Amino acid sequence: MNGPHDLGGAMGFGPVQPERDEPVFHEAWERRAFAVTLAAGFLGRWNIDMARSARESLPPARYLGSSYYEIWALGLERLLQARGLASAAEIQAGRAIDPPLPDVRAVPAQAVAGVLARGGPTLRAAAAPARWQTGDRVRARNIHPVGHVRLPRYVRGHVGVITAIHGAHVFPDSNALGQGEQPQWLYTVMFSGRELWGPDGTADSVCVDCWESYLEAAPSENAPA
Amino acid sequence: MADKTPHAHGAALSEMDIRVRALETLLTEKGYIDPAALDAIIETYEHRIGPHLGARVVARAWADPAYREWLLRDATAAVAEPADFGFVGRQGEHLVAVENTPEQHNLVVCTLCSCYPWPVLGLPPAWYKSAPYRSRAVIDPRGVLADFGLTLPARTRIRVWDSTAEIRYLVLPMRPPGTAHLGEAELAALVTRDSMIGTGLARAPGAGVAA
Repeated sequence: MNGPHDLGGAMGFGPVQPERDEPVFHEAWERRAFAVTLAAGFLGRWNIDMARSARESLPPARYLGSSYYEIWALGLERLLQARGLASAAEIQAGRAIDPPLPDVRAVPAQAVAGVLARGGPTLRAAAAPARWQTGDRVRARNIHPVGHVRLPRYVRGHVGVITAIHGAHVFPDSNALGQGEQPQWLYTVMFSGRELWGPDGTADSVCVDCWESYLEAAPSENAPA
Repeated sequence: MADKTPHAHGAALSEMDIRVRALETLLTEKGYIDPAALDAIIETYEHRIGPHLGARVVARAWADPAYREWLLRDATAAVAEPADFGFVGRQGEHLVAVENTPEQHNLVVCTLCSCYPWPVLGLPPAWYKSAPYRSRAVIDPRGVLADFGLTLPARTRIRVWDSTAEIRYLVLPMRPPGTAHLGEAELAALVTRDSMIGTGLARAPGAGVAA
């Protein structure tokens, strides 16, 4: 979706403000929000694409006005309700009202290290050969799906060059909707700064990782505009 | 549900404190989370995993040309190998290292959320997750670098890496001059977190602690 999270090229947010000797967490509740979100994710009732989708579909003013871990907590509240793990009444009350689902059990502390070390690799077997090779010119498709999508707005419609092929990876758009992993070839596409921003940018090039269905063959360089 | 009216900074934090405690209590009562598991997660990312790990990888690449070649060819394997480092896991399942040179400087961002190579850098700093960085890194990286007090020569090209998929990027900064006599541990002490994101350079030996 063309949500508030898709920030590349947006203006007016002011300078970046690095913080000297920044702590990992700034408030005690941030520690717990981070850990509760990970631990609830360990239950396997949603995937990372569903989690990102829950955060980025917050109302735009709420998203932009919230701190990072606030967005995580709000996203978690949405996921718990969407996946049937907690009701709005339980979240408001801060206590269990309904009985737990019978097949959902907490991951114990002693299992945490193993779960974190395994992570969630997204590389999968490819169903078909890759459509493009390194060096091919491609155009990011001009698409505006209402669901989850990982093709940033600022590259849509622009032409770049394939610079790396990463194998087939879980496709976030379908995975976020619970429609399966539907792996696709994943490419790094390099766009020139001039192509993306005309005379107004200072990047010489920008590399974006794009699934195959985000791309189409670029028009010939010699074709009339 | 908490109300949606704007709060002063401190009031907003206490609202979040209550809200997060409610989630933790509810999920614990349901048997869905183990509070001790939360402590283990926090301990891992607050004290064990952080940029000091990535700094060791960079120092090895500076000191050992064969390791540098491996890191640039297959960073996932080069940092996961138990005999070398064994840095694996969540948000670092697929890693790519990109090398800075006098001709090209690399800068990493995630414009869509906050993707960051956790196993080698830990959790991202607040500015990395902020709208100012995510919006401007791809259109005006030289302006962003200026916010960090870094001005690169005009001849150095800037390449920005937007982490839109599950590939995570680690910048291999340039080795500072005057470090030929240093061992890996001393070299690692020169590698800042920001130099591995691309918003800074590695420290010169004898220089003070940089941001």
